[in-house]
Amino acid sequence: MTSFTPTEGVAAPPVFYQIEEEGQGHAGGGTLLGFWIYLMSDALIFATLFATFGVLGRNVAGGPGPQQLFDLHIVAVNTAILLVSALTCGLSMIALQGGKVRVVQLWLVVTALLGIAFVAIELQEFAHMVAEGATPRRSAYLSAFFTLVGTHGLHVTFGVLWIAVMLLQIRQRGLHPDNRRRLLCLSMFWHFLDVIWIGVFTFVYLLGVLR
Amino acid sequence: MTDHVHDDAAEAAHFTLRTYLTGFIAAAALTAAAFWIVMARTFSARVSAVLVVTLAIAQIIVQTRAFLHVNARAQGGWILIAYVFTAVLLLIGVGGSLWIMYHLNSNMMPGMMGDPMNPTP
Amino acid sequence: MTETSAAWSLFGRLTWDSLAILHQPILLWTFVVVALLGAGIVGVVSYYRLWGWLWREWFTSVDHKKIGIMYIILGIVMLLRGFSDALMMRLQQALAFGASQGYLDAHHYDQIFTAHGTIMIFFVAIPLIVGIVNYVMPLQIGARDVAFPFLNSLSLWLTVAGALLVMVSLFVGEFSRAGWLNYVPVANIQNSPDTGPDYYLWALQIAGVGTTLSAINMVTTIIRMRAPGMTLMKMPVFTWTALCSNVLAIAIFPVLTAAFALLMLDRYAGMNFFTNDLGGSPMMYWNLVWVWGHPEVYVLVLPVFGMYSEITSTFCGKRLFGYSSMVYATVVITILSYLVWLHHFFTMGSGANVNSFFGIATMVIAIPTGAKIFNWLFTMYRGRIRFELPMMWVVAFMITFVVGGMTGVLLAVPPADFVLHNSLFLVAHFHNVIIGGVVFGLFAGMTYWFPKAFGFRLEPFWGKVSFWGWVIGYWVAWTPIYIVGLMGTTRRVRHFDDPELRIWFVIAGIGALIILVGILAFVIQIAVSIRNRKALRDATGDPWDGRTLEWSTASPPPDYNFAFTPVIHDLDAWYDMKCRGAQRPATGYLPIHMPRNTGAGVILSGLALVLGFAMVWYIWWLAALAGAGLLVVAIAHTFNYDRDYFIAPEQVARTERAAEA
Repeated sequence: MTSFTPTEGVAAPPVFYQIEEEGQGHAGGGTLLGFWIYLMSDALIFATLFATFGVLGRNVAGGPGPQQLFDLHIVAVNTAILLVSALTCGLSMIALQGGKVRVVQLWLVVTALLGIAFVAIELQEFAHMVAEGATPRRSAYLSAFFTLVGTHGLHVTFGVLWIAVMLLQIRQRGLHPDNRRRLLCLSMFWHFLDVIWIGVFTFVYLLGVLR
Repeated sequence: MTDHVHDDAAEAAHFTLRTYLTGFIAAAALTAAAFWIVMARTFSARVSAVLVVTLAIAQIIVQTRAFLHVNARAQGGWILIAYVFTAVLLLIGVGGSLWIMYHLNSNMMPGMMGDPMNPTP
Repeated sequence: MTETSAAWSLFGRLTWDSLAILHQPILLWTFVVVALLGAGIVGVVSYYRLWGWLWREWFTSVDHKKIGIMYIILGIVMLLRGFSDALMMRLQQALAFGASQGYLDAHHYDQIFTAHGTIMIFFVAIPLIVGIVNYVMPLQIGARDVAFPFLNSLSLWLTVAGALLVMVSLFVGEFSRAGWLNYVPVANIQNSPDTGPDYYLWALQIAGVGTTLSAINMVTTIIRMRAPGMTLMKMPVFTWTALCSNVLAIAIFPVLTAAFALLMLDRYAGMNFFTNDLGGSPMMYWNLVWVWGHPEVYVLVLPVFGMYSEITSTFCGKRLFGYSSMVYATVVITILSYLVWLHHFFTMGSGANVNSFFGIATMVIAIPTGAKIFNWLFTMYRGRIRFELPMMWVVAFMITFVVGGMTGVLLAVPPADFVLHNSLFLVAHFHNVIIGGVVFGLFAGMTYWFPKAFGFRLEPFWGKVSFWGWVIGYWVAWTPIYIVGLMGTTRRVRHFDDPELRIWFVIAGIGALIILVGILAFVIQIAVSIRNRKALRDATGDPWDGRTLEWSTASPPPDYNFAFTPVIHDLDAWYDMKCRGAQRPATGYLPIHMPRNTGAGVILSGLALVLGFAMVWYIWWLAALAGAGLLVVAIAHTFNYDRDYFIAPEQVARTERAAEA
């Protein structure tokens, strides 16, 4: 940015055009900000689901409610799994910073496995509830529960799929600049999901059981 | 193309093991505390609820800073602005909806809650 | 029975009976006309062997200018469809009094008013606004393209896919009858087991993804890609309004997406979000869609306010009065618009406290809007006003929109709204502000920026015919509707018993015909201008003596917009350059980095269209295939790392010299 200082004095006329190719105006530097803004829009989708859950949260229509349905031990285990996966994702990013391809791959694999475990446990919980007659159709409360928690789980599934694709692309092109950028976005996504989970386990599970 | 990704990677906060570990331990502690409060039934339901929500808010802040690296410098401050703006919208949307729906339900669904002779103003 | 269930699963619930054209003469004739028109276009394109060119230069383009033009073409085509719905309604309401039932039964009338609103907002207003913002904003900030060119192309084609789904519903199956927001309980599965709400939901979810991505794109572009020296407070006002409008769009479309998804779960999976039993709450649907719905109208009107600002300052030869207050007013409107949504359902029963809060907030929003009107007036005061067509639209807007704003403030008072809610007074109010505000602004903007995009001006005579058709037509069509609304007439009604009302509907029908003259004149204007383009040519790139950077380029601009990135010193950057004798360098060209074209946007949107259609008709195998296809193509696209190329300096030099000639 050396050529644009406006001059007030008589000596040099103001510069109106940038001669050196600086890179301003390139489509390429905005990905992190753009992805962050996308995450904010995703947060608002979750906000709507939380609002709906809040409004419909008591409408059990004579059916089972949170006290009957939830085993907090399982939820605690799942929460722990997701939290550890956030750490392993972070370790992957530290390795990325250091340019250590193998370590990046290792921690990504661990993160994905933890994610798969999370979703598997959640699906088992859902299956158990359905077997007991607590289906999403049973009441507005259950519709809201399955949709909110299920949407989070769907996001985690997409995250695992994304990790798989990244592993493939890292194997093909190593820590190519595009891959680096994508990994940064992936880690933002993964951590974002853990933040959403704080809301889920607090408002859906803990506060549900407290009633 | 390359210099921009460099820009992005360089601008992205310097990740340190220390930040992640501190965040992880803090988050784990806050989570454990919340679960313990509810499962051990140490306090009344109301007090527990307030505590648990407070712990959640604290953990959101911890994870936002330690894991998401949200600070006032990232991308010229725009990351933080976007985050705060979203939080405000969330409060208006969720809070407003709960307020409105509470009134609508109590006024318009008298069988379920509220008293039709004394509508919620 | 087995035979039918086998057929059921191959074609879902699609049967020969679903082909509506086989039942209704009107639809059959419409289909014939559309088919002939389509065949004609296909024939011409094939005869001149233009398919390759269309695919390479336009459909796969990631250039914001071409994408902007395609959005605008979509909007104009859909305007013709949406306005046809309007004419049909006007005719029905002029005819159906007492013994006469008119020519439309309720089943069809309800689809027509639903389609009219849905199309006008989602497939006319949004594409036209997005198209103009797409074309102009990057030029105004001195950028070469938007932040994510591929996403831009994807957004366009997703919107087209949504529009196509709505158009298909005209001939195959039925459209929703639940109003332009697809209200429950009408749209619940028990009350509308047909394809109507499903067409609506899939079309808008698909288009909605496009709009959300586009908004993220525009905001990132404005934040990150401004020319050096262009601080936020040196941005053109149009760019400011584009920023605020797109920020608002990001804030609200997720809410609509979620609300529609929940209704889809109710309809497809038997869940109970908005049902009347098992704990569902239809009122929650209304709450959520209006959280989207109110800010949406500000998403539409803010860029138009920006257009008015640019046009006023250009044609008055003066810097815009009160730039800072314009910016603050825009930001305040953006924030306030998120705090008023309940005024759309004051009567639903939330009580006085809630109603008062939202009523007061609604009235407050009139203040920054009023500030803007004063700023435009003060810009005109002591200016050297040139009443070219864009400026004429500005004056018509100021007079018309202010009336609509005032009726809005009236409606904001809850006790008044209890009388006027869902009356034709309300319908007149929002058409007043949408036509007087958004539509007039879009015509102003299209006329203003047309020479930049195509290198020749629009023919003024037909433009004036169009202008007067719209302005006189608007007032003749909608003043009677205010009157019958005040008299108590309800909206969405296809038959009336009181013969005293009839004269007003006849006048309104005449007004609609006058607007039709305006629309036809607009189409004629474009055709005549193309025919006379040599006479109307603008070689300067700056036919109006403009003040912002887009006028510093050739008309049309080269693919890369700027050979050298401009450096900004002041507001009204181009005006500043002209005053201080800025010269574009004629040597020292460097290679210019450009994104490659790609067909991925078209393909993904085509798959989305198939997915939507299959889901509407319960053709599960096809939906699964399309869904899988979407995933595969999207992931495959990420394996393409060869997304850009460089324009050589010699090529740049040649383009620049040709423009100078």
